[in-house]
Amino acid sequence: MSLDGNTAGGLLAEVFAIDMTAAIGVCDHCGTRGPLAAAILYPGGPGDVLRCPACGGVLMRAARLDGRLVLEAQGVRMLEVRAG
Amino acid sequence: MSSATGATDVHRRLDWQVGTVTAKRRETPAACTLALDLPHWGGHLAGQHVDIRLTAEDGYQAQRSYSIASAPEQGALELTIERLADGEVSPYLVDDVREGDQLELRGPIGGWFTWQASDGGPLLLCAGGSGLVPLMAMLRHRAAAGAGTPTRLLVSARGAEDLLYAGELEELMDRDDRLAIHPTFTRHPPPGWMGYARRVDRAMLGEVAFDPALRPRCYVCGPTAFAEAVAELLVALGHDPALVKTERFGASGGGP
Repeated sequence: MSLDGNTAGGLLAEVFAIDMTAAIGVCDHCGTRGPLAAAILYPGGPGDVLRCPACGGVLMRAARLDGRLVLEAQGVRMLEVRAG
Repeated sequence: MSSATGATDVHRRLDWQVGTVTAKRRETPAACTLALDLPHWGGHLAGQHVDIRLTAEDGYQAQRSYSIASAPEQGALELTIERLADGEVSPYLVDDVREGDQLELRGPIGGWFTWQASDGGPLLLCAGGSGLVPLMAMLRHRAAAGAGTPTRLLVSARGAEDLLYAGELEELMDRDDRLAIHPTFTRHPPPGWMGYARRVDRAMLGEVAFDPALRPRCYVCGPTAFAEAVAELLVALGHDPALVKTERFGASGGGP
């Protein structure tokens, strides 16, 4: 089952203080630029995985460990958000 | 941190809160709408969703996202939920939840798949099954705001009994000549139905979608296969990919 980056909005709101579905990310694997809402979310397992809609490369991984949320974002070369 | 000033405040922390179900109504055999009273609700935009979290007695938690169906102008927050056969959360919400029950949720979530009357149009909405829910919030907001945005809704459902909000859609269209609604029934079209009776395809979108030169804002919501196919067809027809926004849900494959 796969969802999309819109669904990851709640999860990402636990880390970032602003809405991240509208944030623009650049995939480190293929250079595709687009809103996180358009990425593909694979929920469940040991953690949620957000993949690039163009190349399928991993953008971000989130896991819950002992009451902590760990976010790994090696696959995102750049993040651009609307300045508050 | 700035103070909480509502859905448009980008610096607003998202906390879990408890809401009370104030009304429940059946929409289709598989879907119902829950109205919720939320003491700490800061408002929302049409197209946003909430996360609902259920906790079992043994502490096991399950969490799902549900689109908001009500317009920001409406008093109560309303969610329309469709029962998924193998669902972990939706069967409970559709079949077991009663008025007066409390639910844990957080939101509103999502600032990308949203439309406000001030964004303008034309507005093209394409829904597959319960993908109609966030698009209905946009139609309700458009009506509540008195916006005359030229709008077309293409909605795919298996049969007439599966079409959400059928009565309200008809009312909205009857009193507004700038709103056109095109259902397509993919499995069981009603007897004598003269409209579309197939899955959304290029020819159908060519007829219903505005001329790409008008640069309509396109919102596509439905099962993954539906949303991807419709978005690709819109781009193939010449619509600017930057104006085509999708929201996908559920298991891939199948669909209405």
